[in-house]
Amino acid sequence: MKKRLKIVLPIIFSLGIVVVFGIFLRGRDIAVIHPAGTVAERQKDLLIFATLLGMVVIIPVFAMTIFFAWRYREGNKKANYQPEWSSNNLLEFIWWGIPIIIILILSVVTWQSSHELDPYRPLESEKKPVTIQVVALQWKWLFIYPEQDIATVNLAQFPEDTPVNFEITSDAPMNSFWIPKLGGQVYAMNGMVTKLHLQADEVGEYEGVSANISGEGFAGMKFVAKASSQTEFEEWVKAAKHSGNKLTLDEYDKLTKPSKSNPAALYSLAVDNLRDSILDKYMRHNSDKESKSQNMEQINKHEMHH
Amino acid sequence: MLGRLTLDALPSEPITIGGAVMMTLSFLGIVGLLLYFKKTKWLWKNWLTSLDHKKIGVMYIVVAVVMLLRGVADAAMMRTQQALAADAPGIVHSDMFQQVFSAHGTIMIFFVAMGLMFGIINLILPLQIGARDVAFPFLNSVSFWLFVAGMVLINISLVIGEFSTAGWLAYPPLSGLEYSPGVGVDYWIWALQIAGIGSLLSGVNFFVTIIKKRAPGMTMMKMPMFTWSVLITMVMILFAFPILTATLAMLALDRTMGMHFFTSSFGGNPMMYINLIWAWGHPEVYILILPAFGMFSEIVPVFTRKRLFGYASMAFALGSIAFLSFIVWLHHFFTMGAGANVNAFFGIMTMIIAIPTGVKVFNWLFTMFRGRITFTTPMVWFMGFIFTFTIGGLTGVLLAVPAIDFQMHNSLFLVAHFHNMIIGGVVFGYFAGLAYWFPKITGFKLNDQLGKAAAWCWVIGFAVAFVPLYILGMMGATRRLDHYAVSTGWQPLFVIAAFGGLIIMTGICLQILQLVHGIWFRKRNLDKTGDPWDGRTLEWSTTSPAPFYNFATIPKIHSRDEFWERKQSNSRQPKHEYQDIHLPKNTGLGIMIAAMSLIFGFAIVWHIWWLAVVSLFVAIALLLVRFSDDDTEYVVTAEDLAKLEGSRRYA
Repeated sequence: MKKRLKIVLPIIFSLGIVVVFGIFLRGRDIAVIHPAGTVAERQKDLLIFATLLGMVVIIPVFAMTIFFAWRYREGNKKANYQPEWSSNNLLEFIWWGIPIIIILILSVVTWQSSHELDPYRPLESEKKPVTIQVVALQWKWLFIYPEQDIATVNLAQFPEDTPVNFEITSDAPMNSFWIPKLGGQVYAMNGMVTKLHLQADEVGEYEGVSANISGEGFAGMKFVAKASSQTEFEEWVKAAKHSGNKLTLDEYDKLTKPSKSNPAALYSLAVDNLRDSILDKYMRHNSDKESKSQNMEQINKHEMHH
Repeated sequence: MLGRLTLDALPSEPITIGGAVMMTLSFLGIVGLLLYFKKTKWLWKNWLTSLDHKKIGVMYIVVAVVMLLRGVADAAMMRTQQALAADAPGIVHSDMFQQVFSAHGTIMIFFVAMGLMFGIINLILPLQIGARDVAFPFLNSVSFWLFVAGMVLINISLVIGEFSTAGWLAYPPLSGLEYSPGVGVDYWIWALQIAGIGSLLSGVNFFVTIIKKRAPGMTMMKMPMFTWSVLITMVMILFAFPILTATLAMLALDRTMGMHFFTSSFGGNPMMYINLIWAWGHPEVYILILPAFGMFSEIVPVFTRKRLFGYASMAFALGSIAFLSFIVWLHHFFTMGAGANVNAFFGIMTMIIAIPTGVKVFNWLFTMFRGRITFTTPMVWFMGFIFTFTIGGLTGVLLAVPAIDFQMHNSLFLVAHFHNMIIGGVVFGYFAGLAYWFPKITGFKLNDQLGKAAAWCWVIGFAVAFVPLYILGMMGATRRLDHYAVSTGWQPLFVIAAFGGLIIMTGICLQILQLVHGIWFRKRNLDKTGDPWDGRTLEWSTTSPAPFYNFATIPKIHSRDEFWERKQSNSRQPKHEYQDIHLPKNTGLGIMIAAMSLIFGFAIVWHIWWLAVVSLFVAIALLLVRFSDDDTEYVVTAEDLAKLEGSRRYA
């Protein structure tokens, strides 16, 4: 009786926990499992496929572990005991072979999906994509809309069903740009532009985060990614343009100062090629001495100009 | 005179003051107790200056266990903070929180996992290959004390100054001068640099030990599987740790000499650091896990009373895991924008590791098949390992698909995955190993019921603490958050995770209780046979604990399970023909060299240049003293040996 309880109780216990947990999670919004974007949708399918494939190994392992442990326990004298039996080519062939086949399948899937879901690959669509230049600052996100001549802090609005080309850089420690509902994630680094192509399938406000530690205010470095209708987007652009906030180089310098948990803000863009001058900050002194001094002169002029 | 060290470096906040005071008091308390019981001389003569691999092993484990408690305290703070900090301040502010998670990772990997690993290797490996000591006993002492010096330096940061806030791998530019001008990152660099050099030297030592000091007849294919795992691990250390040393040195040059290896401008490249640190860091996690595999490969045959299934396959799997582990580092940063070809290559290489690892699991299972299994504490750890580790393997394969990784990277899903591997694999493995070899180390057995209860707490606590993190990760919770919004709906899961942490801590309390109980009642549980589990390998053929010379006569090896075969055929080793044996004399130079390294590290952290120069010169001088000393061994004559053996029982 006691022995049976020892086996049955843990099984009931773990099943109970799984059930309670399942109930607890029902109806909860798990971003990766309930995506709202084309890319995230594909990533979810891939996740589920790979998990199921993994189960081909996991389930036999768990079943065998439980069965062998129970069957060959010391108390069970009926069980076969072969202390010298220690190799069998056929068995070994099977468990080298099956994982190899599974990994082979997964490798093909990996190769294809790495190309299809390459964050640098533009999404196919009839609509003209929106380009948003993303700059990670301490500790806020700056979004520059070069085509619309506006900029925002901690709010990225774009039309639904339209590809968005994020061009990401950083004027701060390395961050990672992630909108879990739409698909993830690429690092934001100084002096470089990384790319991420996403598309929202439905209207909504999605949480965006920095996923990589970047200093004290990192936890508050959130933004809203808002997918709206095309007309709403256009109106919003107009509103930003006439908001009276101008993003000049001075204003940008203020933004680069560390600050935590910033509210969203809208600007009209008052400098040309702001993103390029941000990149240029990290190109100084980069080449040989001569061009270095030239660079310095240019930068000095540039600074005096403002 | 004192560089940038001023009185401001002393802690000023309640939590840090508390930690600092506790640290200082416990240190003073230990010194006080030693003085009171007049044990300082005993400690110095018998332990600190000892070159005996068994004593060094015990000291490794003592240090690692103390550090485990600190690491767990850090973990408890993080779990509490995240359970409370939904639109609330929690218990610590963000700067402190970031120091805590940076310290947690660093301490757990470098000073707990590495410490336990080298501790167990020191204790068991020479016995298992029938050797009297390691190849270079003095080097072993230096390695150990360098490890301690690193440990002390990281703990000094709690009292004087601050610790790094840049995470356990300190990516630049965050860890560069511009964004981390304080001493925190310097403490991190020098604690790791000193301990890392110790690990590298140990790698050399045990590699040579296995190659050169195996008992006659023990060919490569007759080595026990634990010895195989250590051999391969040491080869990995030889390849991986120099990368760590060089990377840390470059980061230190950036920070102290104003160089630009990893800065964002002036031609530096932070991406290079991230590549280099993972070129070491990925092999490092396999360096930790392979010895755990080796331990299970000893434990499962003994407690199923059956030969290890698929020996050659097991050794080959170890080798291929080791090889592959060097060509997968990029999977730690698929999100850095490498092309699809590069990402796919590293993703596929990573998945391939699952094949030999899976084969090992099947071989263990088929070692159980048609065996006679006794569920002692090590076996319970093994069962817990199979379940947790396999789940961790699955989530690892998921993360290895770049397109999936984009959605999971840097999230709590990732955190849950690597704890799945490190707790479920490394920690369970080492605890199983410690439970298994404990009688050999101390000469008495521990209470099995307490040990099993502790293992259950760990396994269940692990699931309760980390399954919520998997889900949180998929909900978009990133790692290292000191606060979050209530509206995210994360808080209930964080509370469950904290509860899981409590269950794990109950397990730790049970382990402490088990240890105290064991020591208290040790006379009742003495292991008089030297072979409490009906073992198969050589370490069980000598007494528990082994005499200081390990074996009176070096055994001759005829088969893989030498000791088991000997017991089966009832053949005794031929009558002992004793010979004089040479053993290394004790020396305090190891501890002194490490003390100088500690001072050197501290001086550089605080820019006290004169002290750095002086300590470096003294360290080199001490090394020269050792090199010029020809009188480093003593002889136990055959006559004395016979007397010593006569006074002992021999299995």
